[in-house]
Amino acid sequence: MPATLAKSGGLFLAMIIALFGMAQAQDTAFAVHMGIMALAALIAALAVMKGADVAGQMGHDESVYDDAPVRWGVIATTFWGVVGLAAGLFIALQLAYPVLNLGLEYTSFGRLRPLHTSAVIFAFGGNALLCTSFFVVQRTCRARLAFPGMARFVFWGYQLFIVLAATGYLLGVTEAKEYAEPEWYVDLWLTVVWVAYLIVFGGTIIKRREPHIYVANWFYLAFIITVAMLHIVNNLSLPVSLAGSKSYSAFAGVQDALTQWWYGHNAVGFFLTAGFLAMMYYFVPKQAERPVYSYRLSIIHFWSLIFLYIWAGPHHLHYTSLPDWAQSLGMVFSVMLWMPSWGGMINGLMTLNGAWEKIRTDPIIRMMVLALAFYGMSTFEGPMMSIKSVNSLSHYTDWTIGHVHSGALGWNGMITFACMYYLAPRLWNRQRLYSLRLINAHFWLATAGIVFYTASMWVAGLTQGLMWREYGADGYLVNSFAETVAAIRPMFLLRAFGGGLYLAGALVFAWNIAMTIAGRIRAEKPMTETPYNPAADRPLPAGNLQPAE
Amino acid sequence: MSRYELLRQFADSWALLGMCLLFLGFVGWTFRPGARRHHDEAAQLIFRSDSDD
Repeated sequence: MPATLAKSGGLFLAMIIALFGMAQAQDTAFAVHMGIMALAALIAALAVMKGADVAGQMGHDESVYDDAPVRWGVIATTFWGVVGLAAGLFIALQLAYPVLNLGLEYTSFGRLRPLHTSAVIFAFGGNALLCTSFFVVQRTCRARLAFPGMARFVFWGYQLFIVLAATGYLLGVTEAKEYAEPEWYVDLWLTVVWVAYLIVFGGTIIKRREPHIYVANWFYLAFIITVAMLHIVNNLSLPVSLAGSKSYSAFAGVQDALTQWWYGHNAVGFFLTAGFLAMMYYFVPKQAERPVYSYRLSIIHFWSLIFLYIWAGPHHLHYTSLPDWAQSLGMVFSVMLWMPSWGGMINGLMTLNGAWEKIRTDPIIRMMVLALAFYGMSTFEGPMMSIKSVNSLSHYTDWTIGHVHSGALGWNGMITFACMYYLAPRLWNRQRLYSLRLINAHFWLATAGIVFYTASMWVAGLTQGLMWREYGADGYLVNSFAETVAAIRPMFLLRAFGGGLYLAGALVFAWNIAMTIAGRIRAEKPMTETPYNPAADRPLPAGNLQPAE
Repeated sequence: MSRYELLRQFADSWALLGMCLLFLGFVGWTFRPGARRHHDEAAQLIFRSDSDD
């Protein structure tokens, strides 16, 4: 009882501080954000009081896993996935039809674009990482989640971070650092949430009942620790006012640029790669019902990825004022990264060795194989694009956008969908998913969508790159920028079509998950039928021998 | 010598050597005798629980 009183009292105090910040705000955005924080604190205080353990009987059962935050995470992943992909489709259409900017600052491309990237990476991908890590760490440690209250804080605190970031973008709040746009106070909030995440995850590992720490947890831990380091260093900044939303970076010039891309590329390396590889190393063997192809390879994969990825960032700054040696270093490490990436892809794919027919019969496995194939393709394309001479053509063009999306839609998206399909029936105790055939529909919609997306962006990027570098006989550039935009407009439309297909697949996914949670099972033909021909199922009488064909 | 040069020289000499040895040590450790049995057990770890699904 005193604990409840202290907690809800603290939250009320937090609400009052937030309201005070709102009253003192130097700009509208800060006032809005303090208002959101005050509301969140009030809701949290009411929730704490409503769930008050008056009789002290709510001791949790250590013999069952703590899956409530995992269930919330599956719902949040599904919700933010649809929101983020819809935002992506909308800004893709804005590029083809500028009228869709609606003449409002809040809905202009420049503000909606970070909304899209953060929604898909941090909201969709982040929630998938949160909930799968809580699921996997409990199963592989054979221990209930440590610090259940803190785990709930991590989930809801992370959702608050997403809401603050998203509303900030619409209001024009930005640090102008790619994938790190939120301002200083939102960064501080995320730091608190992230440290709590590390304590919950690390605490569960410490109380484990299995002597060995399964390799998926290595990847999750690397993801959590490295993202904390990247986030803190890249966001070092000084606010103009303690009640204002504007801050200035602690770094200047090329050092700021390098810090940003050290962060930016390792957000790809540790958030979108290490974390999702952790999902791969648990869920692919589980769904295939076979151990990982080579456990030794998975460890070598881990150490190589950790040691190499952190140096690859400078390839985002080729042919800039960054010192030449740093550019070459970034290029060489990016090319070396190809090896661990393909080692990991082969390890995942070969897990199916001896069970390849599952690709035909199990749509979840099919989705995982597609994810691994795209992991392989984008980790081949990436090192190639980091080579300086290739980069001189590809940099600043839509080829980069295509590359990012082959990784994000193909690898991150598909492995996440597959894991959510795996989790939903287990978390809600359903006999099976609502529909297996709808997974198949989702698979083909998504695959066709990615093909349209990446192919159109290859063409658009090469067109741009070649038109930008074209010189006439008189030594002047042949094309103006506007001409290159006009030339690739058909590609913008094809890209939007591909994105639309991918979003349609995600809606099918959301429907399937929602119906599974509702406990419905779709009456449908099974994916495979055992063939039986009654006419041939009889003995062959003597003297009636037919020649074998 | 400026701080930049000092750090730069340390980074591409002792720090580089240390990182390489650390990496080779981690990778070499997986090839130690008896590792195979340990790895096979670890790979089966996720299938041992019955209450799992």
